[in-house]
Amino acid sequence: MVRFVSGLTVTERQVALVVLLALSLIGLAMAAAGRGDPMGAQGFIVMIFSVGLGFAVMSGYYAPEPDESRLSRYYDDPTKVGIVLTMIWAVIGMAVGVWVAALLAWPDLTFDAAWASFGRLRPVHTSGVIFGFGGNALIATSFHVLQRTSRARLPDQFTPWFVLIGYNLFCIVAASGYLMGVTQSKEYAEPEWYADIWLVIVWVAYFLLYLRTLARRKEPHIYVANWYYMAFILVVAVLHIVNNLAVPVSFAHAKSYSLFSGVQDAMTEWWYGHNAVAFFLTSGFLGMMYYYLPKRAGRPIFSYRLSIISFWGITFLYMWAGSHHLHYTALPQWVQTLGMTFSIMLLVPSWASAGNALATLNGAWHKVRDDATLRFMMVAAVFYGLSTFEGSFMAIRPVNSLSHYTDWTVGHVHAGALGWVAMITFGSIYALVPWMWKRQAMYSSRLVEVHFWLALAGTIVYVFAMWNSGIIQGLMWRTYNDGGTLAYSFIDSMVAMHPYYIARAFGGLLFLSGAVVGTYNVWMTIRAAHAEAAAGETGADVPIAAGSGAMQAGE
Amino acid sequence: MPEFFHRKIERNAIGFVVAIVAVASIGGLVEIAPLFTIHQTVEEAPDMRVYTPLELAGRNIYIREGCYACHSQMIRTLRDEVERYGPYSLAVESKYDHPMLWGSKRTGPDLARIGDKYSDAWHVRHLINPRDVVPESVMPKYGWLARNELRIEDLGAHLVAQQDVGVPYTQEMVDNATRDAYGQATPDTDAASGVSERYGAATQVRAFDGDPARVTEMDALVAYLQILGRLTEAPYKQSAAAEAGE
Repeated sequence: MVRFVSGLTVTERQVALVVLLALSLIGLAMAAAGRGDPMGAQGFIVMIFSVGLGFAVMSGYYAPEPDESRLSRYYDDPTKVGIVLTMIWAVIGMAVGVWVAALLAWPDLTFDAAWASFGRLRPVHTSGVIFGFGGNALIATSFHVLQRTSRARLPDQFTPWFVLIGYNLFCIVAASGYLMGVTQSKEYAEPEWYADIWLVIVWVAYFLLYLRTLARRKEPHIYVANWYYMAFILVVAVLHIVNNLAVPVSFAHAKSYSLFSGVQDAMTEWWYGHNAVAFFLTSGFLGMMYYYLPKRAGRPIFSYRLSIISFWGITFLYMWAGSHHLHYTALPQWVQTLGMTFSIMLLVPSWASAGNALATLNGAWHKVRDDATLRFMMVAAVFYGLSTFEGSFMAIRPVNSLSHYTDWTVGHVHAGALGWVAMITFGSIYALVPWMWKRQAMYSSRLVEVHFWLALAGTIVYVFAMWNSGIIQGLMWRTYNDGGTLAYSFIDSMVAMHPYYIARAFGGLLFLSGAVVGTYNVWMTIRAAHAEAAAGETGADVPIAAGSGAMQAGE
Repeated sequence: MPEFFHRKIERNAIGFVVAIVAVASIGGLVEIAPLFTIHQTVEEAPDMRVYTPLELAGRNIYIREGCYACHSQMIRTLRDEVERYGPYSLAVESKYDHPMLWGSKRTGPDLARIGDKYSDAWHVRHLINPRDVVPESVMPKYGWLARNELRIEDLGAHLVAQQDVGVPYTQEMVDNATRDAYGQATPDTDAASGVSERYGAATQVRAFDGDPARVTEMDALVAYLQILGRLTEAPYKQSAAAEAGE
């Protein structure tokens, strides 16, 4: 802790203490006003979090100030902490995922506790992996990529910590709220109004940090990876604010009522929901891919033009696609048709990105064979291509009549989430960790290899199980017998799911084991670095003059 | 030369930000904004009523427990769905739903027309242990609903927030919210009569959890489940008219 606080100037330490004091007072006010409501417990969590961090800052308060020479180096402390948080959230989010998967096979594992029932745990899983794991990975890598590709240090030391820690406070408030039954019920936008407001504050700081660093850049061009990170930050802000407009019951109630109702609410929610996939789980991670994949492969991006086409294609077309979640519903047909049409067109920029990534590997395929880190990224690009194809296909109205409401959708989401998002993240982290902690390589390249095969096997088992169960479900629901009546009761279709639910839980368990192996490997790499530092080795940070900024594609 | 043009804009951070926001806004503006202005989007249904305070509390429990993660409330315009669940869902039916609970996944069956299909006693048994009535079910047990007293003292504030987002609750409904919630689950008390006065004669007033002495979360949730698909007769009329026209 002292190590990190000593990187802050005294003024920044004071600002940090003031912010934490304000936060703990807000927590206290929530706890006092919200007695008898989940708001009270949420207040206590905010208070404990900020007071705890306040003590951490205080413990390093009198450490010597960092000297001016820091300004000639990149600022990577928040990235390091972000990497560790990413791995912790990965294990938490995926473990809860395996748990909820098991609940569908063995429903009595809830032991009659409200917090342990499927409906409350499920958002802990989805938010844990999307926002906890994915969000921390995006923040940590964006700080790293932004500085390298701009050849500029972050403008100050306080803001990146505010963004990272503030964001994790949001995640903790959200996840603990779900267990208490606090949810807006909007999928992937479950956190209630106070958490949403807090996230807006954090997000504005994040956006300004990005612009302030770009303003200091010594590279005339903004590198592709930053286009994607910027689209991620900006559009997620727009989506988040619009979809979460709501009126709280009172300032002492956690509960709020959405501003929109019925059909307008459904469209807004899926405009949000689908573009959370687009701008959180696609744009942000494409940013990651556009930096770490060429760096690790030692090859420039295959095509600058393809990067442009795919970037603007994704940014424009995705925003139209959300209504394909509402085929055959009470949503007007014209909106459904627009959603379907744009979803199919989306295949062009999606495959342009996937193809650009794979073509970048030309001339480096021997590295893909030998290096599990690069192989993680290659497989991610392949799954990105596969799941975007599947997504466009499922958006076609008649296909959707079969797939919607079934496990096929769940399988599709996990092809993207496990195969693309998690794989590109693990690949990037395995590339990044040795750079950050000044090591030649990860603690064990063998364990990276083990993780790779566990992750791939887990994804395949999971996705195949859900394809099978989803299509069987969809077919059983619409099968008629010779008499012209429905052949199966709903419960018949549910009984048929049982073996696939067990297979799915097993696939998830494999994937989780991989994440645990990865966390251990990251931890041991950090430990080795600290042991060496303690033995007197001074690891000089990379100076900006010799910065490792990736080449502008096409230059 | 587009490449030349792009080389220019990628040198300007603010310009790039503006371009992203502009390009990304078009889809939402074209698809969402008209839904608020084109009045055919939501059908007319003069008989459509608002939720009683007890039903609203039940709906909030449905949300709290994450029921929407496994149950949809949106019957699509497909033959097999209409035959399995009932007339397809109309937009007007969720007009007062802030937020909507259309759902996206059917681990369990659709619930849009579940109201009045099963008895209260069936729902109570099913929620306490689903496998008592459906042996193959994978639904969790919700025993705590029968144990927890329902929080009713703040329902007036809930109705005010509902008013703020556009649900036509009257001042009288707001003033009597707590009393009506109590009355709807305790048919033998004085509070019971006001409920049907304010929400219509067809409103179900009874001890939903089987115990008229207490108002529990079970009362609220069962009251909500029993009203699903029964807030308006519009979808049934429409489907009857369609059949008559065949």
